[in-house]
Amino acid sequence: MAGRERALAWLYSKPEARAWALLAPGGFWLLLFFLVPLLIMFVYSFMPRGIYGGVEPGFTLEHYARFFDPLYLEVLQRTFVWSIACTVICLVLGYPVAYLIVRGGRWRTLLLFLVVLPFWTSFLVRTFAMIFLMRDTGLINNWLLKLGLIGQPLSMLYTPFAVMAGLVYGFLPFMILPIYASLEKLDPSLLEAAEVLGARPRARFQKVTLPLSMPGVVAGCLLVFIPALGSFLTSDLLGGAKEMMIGNLVQNQFSSARNWPFGSAASFIVMALVLAAVMIYLRVKDKNTGEAGSK
Amino acid sequence: MTPSPKGQCVVEFSGVSKSFGDLKAVDDISFEIQGGEFFSILGPSGCGKTTTLRLLAGFEQPDEDGGEVKLLGQTVNKKRPYERQIAMVFQNYALFPHLTVAKNVAFGLEQRKTPKHEIGDRVRRALEMVRLKPEVFLKRMPGQLSGGQRQRVALARALVLEPTILLLDEPLGAIDLKLRKEMQLELKALNKQLGTTFVYVTHDQEEALTMSDRIAVMDNARVAQLGTPAEIYENPRTAFVAKFIGESNFFEGQARERSNSRWQIGQVGETSFQVPHHPSLEEGCEVRIAVRPEWMDVFKPDAIPPGENALIGTIRDIIYLGETMHVIVTVPGSGDVTVAVRNEGQLIKPLTWKKGDAAAVAWLPEDCQILEKD
Amino acid sequence: MNLRPPPWLIAVSVAVYLFLHLPILVLVVFSFNSSKFSVDWRGFTFQWYHRLLERPDILRGLKVSLVVGVAATVISAVLGTLLALALARHRFRGRRAFEGFLYVPIVTPEIVTGISLLMLFALMKFPLGVTTITIAHVAFCISFVVIVVLARLEGMDENLEEAAMILGADEITTFWKITVPQLWPGILAGALLAFTMSFDDFIITSFVSGSGSSTLPIVVYSMVRKNVEPSINAISTIILVVTAFLIYFADRLLQEK
Repeated sequence: MAGRERALAWLYSKPEARAWALLAPGGFWLLLFFLVPLLIMFVYSFMPRGIYGGVEPGFTLEHYARFFDPLYLEVLQRTFVWSIACTVICLVLGYPVAYLIVRGGRWRTLLLFLVVLPFWTSFLVRTFAMIFLMRDTGLINNWLLKLGLIGQPLSMLYTPFAVMAGLVYGFLPFMILPIYASLEKLDPSLLEAAEVLGARPRARFQKVTLPLSMPGVVAGCLLVFIPALGSFLTSDLLGGAKEMMIGNLVQNQFSSARNWPFGSAASFIVMALVLAAVMIYLRVKDKNTGEAGSK
Repeated sequence: MTPSPKGQCVVEFSGVSKSFGDLKAVDDISFEIQGGEFFSILGPSGCGKTTTLRLLAGFEQPDEDGGEVKLLGQTVNKKRPYERQIAMVFQNYALFPHLTVAKNVAFGLEQRKTPKHEIGDRVRRALEMVRLKPEVFLKRMPGQLSGGQRQRVALARALVLEPTILLLDEPLGAIDLKLRKEMQLELKALNKQLGTTFVYVTHDQEEALTMSDRIAVMDNARVAQLGTPAEIYENPRTAFVAKFIGESNFFEGQARERSNSRWQIGQVGETSFQVPHHPSLEEGCEVRIAVRPEWMDVFKPDAIPPGENALIGTIRDIIYLGETMHVIVTVPGSGDVTVAVRNEGQLIKPLTWKKGDAAAVAWLPEDCQILEKD
Repeated sequence: MNLRPPPWLIAVSVAVYLFLHLPILVLVVFSFNSSKFSVDWRGFTFQWYHRLLERPDILRGLKVSLVVGVAATVISAVLGTLLALALARHRFRGRRAFEGFLYVPIVTPEIVTGISLLMLFALMKFPLGVTTITIAHVAFCISFVVIVVLARLEGMDENLEEAAMILGADEITTFWKITVPQLWPGILAGALLAFTMSFDDFIITSFVSGSGSSTLPIVVYSMVRKNVEPSINAISTIILVVTAFLIYFADRLLQEK
């Protein structure tokens, strides 16, 4: 078949052409439907607001300047603080679980699956589950009332507590999995060596396990912090209008407030924070390369 | 596909070079392989032996002006692996995990559009040739086989094609010692029985010496020496070859004077030894020789046989190796010299030497291997 | 060395597991509760599930979700596999930059992706609907497929393809007979994950779907906002069960060697 031979000859002669042919469809899709929209958003963030909420030709920094307004600074600050708090809580709760799974022996696959499952389950459904539990007529209040522990329903929803609970609930698996992956690679003979050298369990953990699990810890923190920064559903459904995060602010600009350029600017600030976090992560990761202690 | 025409050159490398970026993996190598030979390429890791094999297989191409690879007289530089009529056994066997043993072995035949009825027979015979019972193994999956069995299937998959040339890339590396020795003999027997040219890459010098008709010793992207096992072992041409194959003692000096067919080589200090004449020797030149431990003997300093080279030193250690004893003598100016003495039974007829004794190491001038500059 | 975990560790972990799973279990259990308003258990019933079948918005939403899901999965599986092949097997200029670029959709907050796509479609005057939803879903699924397939490719023995070639198979034959069968579990797993993400997606979809076409999560969201009745529990349970199956199969595929 002459066609086949020609195809083969072409494949063989230009290795770079082969590569680009494979990259083209997917690359083009991502370019047009991911990169270009971001660029449009970037450009819009500098344009004045039009009558219907869109943009008008021109250049302005007013949208970014608005963020110095205490109202919006508060939103930024809240987002930042909550994201960090959520990350810390997830770390404290998640590390022990990851540690347990590694030591789980034959339960390991099951335990892991039980973490992977929430990871992939619809965020909306999981957030609703929280609502179901926490609302005034929800399960928790119902039982507390029945048990006579409280006289009136506790107002759990639409509070910072609810949002934090929702955030932690949502992102906990994202912390557990990378730490697990890191601990799993740890060579047990290192701990045995430490034991032979006289280290007690706590010292072994502090001096061997913990440092070597750092890559996983850092990755986990990143995997929680970043989506937390950009989160929207949790604060929307569990926090209400009072506890606004940047995600809600952005969404507002595209629904009721109708201010696309301002929404774009807010979006860009989130992106900037996210990219900064990624850069820091890559820096820290490069410092730690040299996978000493891995199997 | 018939067995290699004996006496004819089936593989020829002329001035072949291959670089990866700045690194020259293969540097201007040339050699010929004869039909039916068991030809080994031997060397330490990183010497270029695997690259050489891959150039032969077609997985790598020589550099732009990096010489020619010829198969059966034809230049094949630009030919793809599937266009070269060569078979190969990989280091980690590379059996297709999703196909049965039967399908694995039949793969090459199917590619050649061999008629179905013929495939079944040839696959069976190939498995029998590698001593695997077809009834048992045809339907198995590679995942169910042991290392040794997988290796045999890989071999069957290559041999079923009745190739002129068979490449083997350190195929016995992952196999335990006893099985390895058995397989070495089997491979050697197959080579003779089938008449197929075997090109065998290994870092194990014992293996190469056992199995090969000729060995190409590679060092740092070049061929250091090419010859029969006897030539390589008994007449190493460079210090590298002398060190890599077996053990050697090294002595240095300057050529002083020549009498008849012998040169007197003087060392720093008053000592000297004699070597037979060699075209490369002239008065005043630096000489370096290698002498194998088993060609040397230990004598009392006052009882050296006439006509032998001798250097006097002190016994540093005596090592028990079972078949032989190694007597290590420290000779001023030449370092530690190892002499291999046959063990005639330390319990019945022990050596009389002790650590600290003064002793002379002696060897015949004919046993000096004059080394080329590396 | 004693590898058994200390009791306090087990206690903390059990608490965390309960925290992770109890809300969902409760949700599922109460989808069978015959009481509409109270959280008291009144009896077992399937009525809320039947109710779902009577709701045209749910059925329409399911249909849209399935159509989008299948389309987005197929497209992202193909594109993602091609990208993974390029990255694993070829050296080309700008390779590292491209790899980095591939990870950006994963870290970008969904809200950012959502609104930027909305603005693109507005600029192009492209009507919002099933097509725009599918386009958006492919855009964020591709990267995941690439990661899964790439991992599989890099774990694959390169010698296998060489062995096939020296046995006489050219590049095209080798690809179909050796590479693809080896890769297939990875591609399938990537496809299942892509489908899961598309099926469950809410934020991005809410921006690019316009008023006409709602996927299932969007219908659920409006149900949650409006009034809370056990039907929400029922549809949530269904979504959960479907996801669980998909993830279980993807997991098994990835474990297979």
